Amino acid sequence: MKITVRIWRQKNAEAKGTMVSYELDEVDENMSFLEMLDVLNEKLTLEGEEPVAFDSDCREGICGTCGVVINGEAHGPEVTTTCQLHMRTFKDGDVIDIEPWRAGAFPVIKDLVVDRGAFDRIIAAGGYITAPTGSAPEANSTPVPKEDADRAFEAATCISCGACVAACPNGSAMLFTAAKVAHLGLLPQGQPERDSRVINMIEQHDAEGFGSCTNIGECTAACPKGIPLDVISRLNRDLMGALAKP
Amino acid sequence: MIKKRVPASRSTVATKYAMAVSGLIMVSYLILHMYGNLKVFAGQEKFDEYSHHIRTFGEPILPYEGLLWIIRVALLASIVVHTWAAVTLWRRNRVASGYQGGKRYHTSKGARGFQRSYASFTLRWGGIIIILFVIYHLLHLTANVVAPGGASDSPYERVVNGFEIWWVTVVYTVAVLAVGLHLWHGIWSALTTLGQNYSSTRLRSRLTPLSWFVAAVITIGFLLPPWAILLGITG
Repeated sequence: MKITVRIWRQKNAEAKGTMVSYELDEVDENMSFLEMLDVLNEKLTLEGEEPVAFDSDCREGICGTCGVVINGEAHGPEVTTTCQLHMRTFKDGDVIDIEPWRAGAFPVIKDLVVDRGAFDRIIAAGGYITAPTGSAPEANSTPVPKEDADRAFEAATCISCGACVAACPNGSAMLFTAAKVAHLGLLPQGQPERDSRVINMIEQHDAEGFGSCTNIGECTAACPKGIPLDVISRLNRDLMGALAKP
Repeated sequence: MIKKRVPASRSTVATKYAMAVSGLIMVSYLILHMYGNLKVFAGQEKFDEYSHHIRTFGEPILPYEGLLWIIRVALLASIVVHTWAAVTLWRRNRVASGYQGGKRYHTSKGARGFQRSYASFTLRWGGIIIILFVIYHLLHLTANVVAPGGASDSPYERVVNGFEIWWVTVVYTVAVLAVGLHLWHGIWSALTTLGQNYSSTRLRSRLTPLSWFVAAVITIGFLLPPWAILLGITG
């Protein structure tokens, strides 16, 4: 198939970026979206041009490294990561707009690559438990209700890709932060630090310059892992509880 | 850019709590206000009596107009808190969403979002329309400084004189629709902010139909009297 891609090109963090058009003649519909970009980069390299910088690692939808805004949608039109999106989703002759995640807290480093260090710092502020866990515990010593285990796991599937922030019109990282708070808050191991966790993570979320949640759900529409919206309400409850304590 | 950490009691989430509580206070008031408006259908005597009784409510423990002033102070405080929270978060979110000039994403595709409702899209501008309307409304029916159709000491006559004029009814209709849209998303959002959503999406939550129902009741309840007067059904 023949497609045209319009890609955000930006030399470095300080430079002013712009959209640049490239035409690709022989795109196979079985290529992944990133393979299509690989083909483009080979072409650009042969022509002596600077290849397009983009992040990717596992390319099987589990690491959260890749992620671009495709035609205005984080990770594109399918509910999956950019690496698991395939060119068969598009039609011959399509013009595809590709842009980096856009958020105040995610500065563009180059082209489609943004700095997501803010997420690491939110996790470092409380997205863990400090109890030494050792090897895998005896499965029956700390029973966890099935429903809680399922919901904790659902929240734990977050791969920190940042699509929620890119999709949120307020540039809020509430879904990401809330997924971590819900994941640990639902399990017995997470209880001792439950209050300090939500307080520290929210403080770091705000310090990074993320926006506030307006409960419209654009984040869940973009999330490749289907993190549910109620984790945000859960965070709100947890924070209320934590603030009410002396 | 990383800034200094602010205590969680002054975080964006805490600001949203303030916004939610002040909003729900105003919604409760709207329901009482709507109940009073509907007395128009009971005729001039009943309507004016109601208006009088609001002022003598709680006497002699409360002074004349005591309850009214308690409500006024609570509402004014709610408006101040609600507006402060909205402006604070609006300014913050504009920076947070990484706008470059007037645009966030350069593509013209999907610019309106994928799960947003029209109501959520218009919340901020709708709020500004509502505030301007409230000022006009107080000058008109409370202070009666602005008196289309003629001023009067009878609250009933003020209402009827005003809404017999087509453009007054149109102005009120636009404002009430703005309130309805505001509540359509606002009630859901307030309850979710206060931790009451237990569903995976907005549309699956029981709070959404509740929000729509209250918004619809308030909208219709406020539109009935002016239109009934304009069409000559009552008054």
